[in-house]
Amino acid sequence: MSAYSVTEPSKASKWAAGLLVALYTIITLLPLVWIISTSFKTGPDSISYPPKVVFEPSLEGYVNLFTTRTRIAAEDFAALPPPETWYDRIVRDQGMVIAGQSRFGERFMNSVIIGFGSTFLSIFLGTLAAYAFSRFRVPLKDDLLFFILSTRMMPPIAVAIPIYLMYRELGLSDTHLGMILLYTAVNISLAVWLLKGFIDEIPREYEEAALIDGYTRFQAFRKVVLPQAATGIASTAIFCLIFAWNEYAFAVLLTSGNAQTAPPFIPTIIGVGGQDWPAVAAGATLFLLPVMIFTILLRKHLLRGITFGAVRK
Amino acid sequence: MAEVTLSNLSKSYGATRALKDVTMTIPDGAFVVLLGPTGAGKTTTLRLIAGLDRPDAGDVRISGQSVLRDTPAQRDVAMVFQQYSLYPHLSVRDNLAFPLRSPMIAMPEDQIARRVQEVAEVLRIPHKLDNKATALSGGEMQRVSIGRALVRNPRIYLMDEPLSSLDAKLRADLRVELKRIHQDLGATFLYVTHDQIEAMTMATHVGVLDHGRLVQFGTPREIYETPVSAYVASRLGQPHINLLPADAFGAPPPNAAQIGLRPEHIHIGEGVEAAISRIEHLGDQTRLHLTFGPHALVTLTDPHTPLQPGQTVRIRPHNPLWFDAAGNRI
Repeated sequence: MSAYSVTEPSKASKWAAGLLVALYTIITLLPLVWIISTSFKTGPDSISYPPKVVFEPSLEGYVNLFTTRTRIAAEDFAALPPPETWYDRIVRDQGMVIAGQSRFGERFMNSVIIGFGSTFLSIFLGTLAAYAFSRFRVPLKDDLLFFILSTRMMPPIAVAIPIYLMYRELGLSDTHLGMILLYTAVNISLAVWLLKGFIDEIPREYEEAALIDGYTRFQAFRKVVLPQAATGIASTAIFCLIFAWNEYAFAVLLTSGNAQTAPPFIPTIIGVGGQDWPAVAAGATLFLLPVMIFTILLRKHLLRGITFGAVRK
Repeated sequence: MAEVTLSNLSKSYGATRALKDVTMTIPDGAFVVLLGPTGAGKTTTLRLIAGLDRPDAGDVRISGQSVLRDTPAQRDVAMVFQQYSLYPHLSVRDNLAFPLRSPMIAMPEDQIARRVQEVAEVLRIPHKLDNKATALSGGEMQRVSIGRALVRNPRIYLMDEPLSSLDAKLRADLRVELKRIHQDLGATFLYVTHDQIEAMTMATHVGVLDHGRLVQFGTPREIYETPVSAYVASRLGQPHINLLPADAFGAPPPNAAQIGLRPEHIHIGEGVEAAISRIEHLGDQTRLHLTFGPHALVTLTDPHTPLQPGQTVRIRPHNPLWFDAAGNRI
């Protein structure tokens, strides 16, 4: 007979907890699995009923995502030389020929530039501001901090019309810079508040020791504070990136030809005779990757970041 | 190595007046110990000299030059903090090398390596050099933070209870080591402690602070033997000085309100009768807890004393210290 422990959960409750977590994981992953599997289906497979769980994988979605295609007259089609490449063949199998490149690559790059650009700017400004709020006697500190937080209190889209008009006047509409500034403005309050919490946790004694050890205030910040705030910076960066990466409403409103990001582009992918679901799913799958990779790279910091302050050795 | 002069130094933190009009000269090559209970202004004094805080009034001069406008780095002082002193993201080696890599010193790396090794050996941590700073025990961390001061050759060493978290054996060893460094280098030290042995053995001068005021400054023997007040008298001495009403042993001198008796002021064998309430054998000494009339006091006796609790002894004061109603010595 094993002793009953107050702190150690029993076997049964561990099993129950494990089961719940597994169930939750399945529910959460289901849409993801659906999207990824759809991206590897052919057009007819993607809309077959009942949905196919087992199917023959195809790269049709990905090829369609990156190309524009056209139908040509039957006699011309028959007269074509045999397809030269694998993607030529996939398009030919749908009864079409490649007409050119789609704009997906360009839209994706826009998302990367705007997403990472605004994340960098938010973190850069946020860290400096958070450090100042945490360490120096700033006049009206509490009011300023509340003001910064208050910019996040209404949904950003509520100011869409004024921003639209301002951006048109300033020539920032449909530019990368405009979108970077806009997402930075939305993210900065989150960044300042989160980072201030992290920097508050770093004892001042470290910087004071560095000052006495012969360093200037800024060198102490760079050599002592920044490395210790890395955890907080990483987790804040992930939050900022996720917002900027997924943002849809402003992107629809403010971008079109030049700086359009992937979110407003993906749903507009139309195939012949309706929505091209495999191509949409392929776009969504590729769109997921950067944030996923970024999060996995920083996950050690992220986990520590979430528990930071609560559990300390 | 330099003389440090504090003149009329005052500092408040909000409504708390941490330091009031302190004037003190730390002679070149001196080892000055600051004594006083928590909140007396000891740490504040160190911070003002280091330049971590600005005084509200007064001046700090090092080698005759006012340093009030200098940054901590420019003042060329080393400080050992009471806690939180190691950079947690660096190894022990990098912690020790940190001051030497600063733009103020910028020592070549091969010299740094040699210097770090030397100091690590003095502090008996050479086998820990490649550990992360956070993977050390409390005592080891404290030694590294002392080491970070010792790698340099600053104008003054400021130490805020550097040995307080060490075990007794190590504390005794490092006490000797610091004293040796002081003598070998001729360095100037300002040292905060609660530990009486540290104060008596290391100090060339002792400063006693009371609520932000410097109440006495002198050699350890002066502070011990001729304290200016009952407050100063109770800073030093183990067991503590016994403070009793002046008339406890008969007619006091005029104006005396209290009689102060250290163990050596109590002659056992004649005088008033006192009952032994408790005996503490500490090994090298034996403490007698005595009661007579409404009074209680503690004194020392022979380590091998045959006395037992419940017995009585006769005691009389011998050259005691007298204090007036305000606590000042007469």
